[in-house]
Amino acid sequence: MTAIDRDTNWPEISFEERIGTAEFRIHERAHIVVDGDTCRGCSTRECVVACPANLFVPTSDGGILFNYENCFECGTCYLVCNKEGAISWSYPEGGFGIVFHRT
Amino acid sequence: MNRPDANDADVIVVGAGPAGSCAAIAAARAGRRVILIERGPFPGSKNMYGGVVYPRILDELVPRWWETAPVQRWVVRRSTMILSETGALSVDYRSNAWGQPPYNGATAYRPDFDEWLSRQAVAAGAQLVTSTTVTGLLRDASGRVVGVRTDRPDGDLTASVVIACDGVNSFLAKEAGLYSATDPSNFTLGVKETLALPKHVIDERFGVRDDQGVDIEILGGTSGVNGGGFVYTNLDTIALGVVLKLPKLAAQKKRPEEIIATLKAHPAIAPLIEGAEVKEYSAHVIPEAGYSMMPTMVTDGMVVAGDAAALCLAAGIWLEGVNFAMASGMCAGEAAAAAVARNDVSAKGLAPYTDKLNATFVLRDHKKLRKVPGLVLSDRVQQRYPAFVTSVVERVFRVDNPQPKPGLRRIVRQERKRAGIKLSELIRDGWTGLRGFG
Ligand SMILES: Cc1cc2nc3c(=O)[nH]c(=O)nc-3n(C[C@H](O)[C@H](O)[C@H](O)COP(=O)(O)OP(=O)(O)OC[C@H]3O[C@@H](n4cnc5c(N)ncnc54)[C@H](O)[C@@H]3O)c2cc1C
Ligand code: SF4
Ligand code: SF4
Repeated sequence: MTAIDRDTNWPEISFEERIGTAEFRIHERAHIVVDGDTCRGCSTRECVVACPANLFVPTSDGGILFNYENCFECGTCYLVCNKEGAISWSYPEGGFGIVFHRT
Repeated sequence: MNRPDANDADVIVVGAGPAGSCAAIAAARAGRRVILIERGPFPGSKNMYGGVVYPRILDELVPRWWETAPVQRWVVRRSTMILSETGALSVDYRSNAWGQPPYNGATAYRPDFDEWLSRQAVAAGAQLVTSTTVTGLLRDASGRVVGVRTDRPDGDLTASVVIACDGVNSFLAKEAGLYSATDPSNFTLGVKETLALPKHVIDERFGVRDDQGVDIEILGGTSGVNGGGFVYTNLDTIALGVVLKLPKLAAQKKRPEEIIATLKAHPAIAPLIEGAEVKEYSAHVIPEAGYSMMPTMVTDGMVVAGDAAALCLAAGIWLEGVNFAMASGMCAGEAAAAAVARNDVSAKGLAPYTDKLNATFVLRDHKKLRKVPGLVLSDRVQQRYPAFVTSVVERVFRVDNPQPKPGLRRIVRQERKRAGIKLSELIRDGWTGLRGFG
């Protein structure tokens, strides 16, 4: 693609800055739990590509590192994951989690 | 059977989105005791969408709604854009009459709109309980739903009817056995950026003034992942986002924010948003498959409405869920109130809910358009038609003097072949489209 075709004349932001624009009221209980052992046998890794909050991080030993804190509570991960039992999904406690403002 | 007046409420509505608040208004108006439960700290705090509501259905529930509804802009321009890699074809319709009462569509922020709508439910007499997550259903020995479990201490609440308006993931509808299975290909992921720009810049770039707004739906431009895009104007922000078919997204190995970045860089989009700052990033899932994925709507002691019942209409040029949610919620609230009054809250007693849906646009539109979601998200429409259509138009409008103008039929044939579309496929899809939209 040439410069004429593609125009990127705006401030590109890092993923951290992007996620930093959303408000998360974090509760101490993890509302989503990922079972690392089950993930070890997963070669497709749908969650890693699809989670809009980028919360599924592959580790060097073939596992998955997951942190529930900056989660949109969208449901994408449990919908795309095809391994039974890998993801235990629930909503956070009332009043906690993502809080949208101009959406 | 326990005595109805010993219950905490006649009707419990789970979820204060557009479906839930309208259900609560309708049931409270009919004289029932209503509790409306929302897990967010305020209604709307968990909700995002593209950006346009069509509130005419509120004429009945909230007369003169346009005087108090938290509207950003009234949509007076609707465009459908087909994007190839570098080209763009738009069908653009403008009517300033849409900016006057009784209006057509409006851009609005859901945290504002849903909160406003929930206040109408409270004004009608419903009791709103926020910051409370419903964690399951209460059932009696016969299996009838008799209330909900919440995450509050001593949080069980009983009612004659539960109306599940808990959105696309509806764990309540699943727990009640109303869905046979969950197929990920029925869902799309929506991600969007709320982009800040001064109001006068938005006015100039989009050719509007005052509180006039623009709605652009996009086909193509999603980096080869089946789905679509949108651009909507708020007062001093632009909502720009993509919806992406879940299994395709996972298979294509492209991350959602990368797909947004590519769309933003398209030569037809970039000048609209140049210099804008990302104010808020958000994500939410859409029940995309329409009629073919809908659950059973009614069971003993419970009905399901809005996205929880997959009533969102996602059919290419239309992405309407809020109006379908409001209308189905209203039908559910009326039917629940009537069933309580008749003292029959069995599935049979609640069946008029489904009859109401069938009699209104909710299921009539869905039935009529039931083939469209599949067609719009099909590989051909997604991967081949945008390039085909834009290259035909490119050649029609390009003046290649001293060459004479080529005939349209020849251009269409050549470009169809180049895009790898068989004539029989084109005819079949055209026919499905004509019949589907007809
Ligand atoms: C990217 C995107 C773009 C869209 N664009 C448009 C558009 O431009 N126009 C349009 O009309 N529609 C659009 N839609 C669709 C529209 O947003 C939905 O159809 C609509 O929000 C459905 O309303 P609802 O009340 O059924 O569900 P929701 O709005 O999802 O509300 C459900 C409510 O229930 C609450 N809840 C859920 N579970 C629980 C629980 N266990 N306990 C307590 N509370 C609970 C939630 O917090 C939420 O407030 C779009 C959707 C997306 C994702
Ligand atoms: S969560 Fe599911 S998709 Fe992701 S790595 Fe684990 S098993 Fe695979
Ligand atoms: S619910 Fe959505 S945001 Fe949260 S972890 Fe799953 S995919 Fe990511």
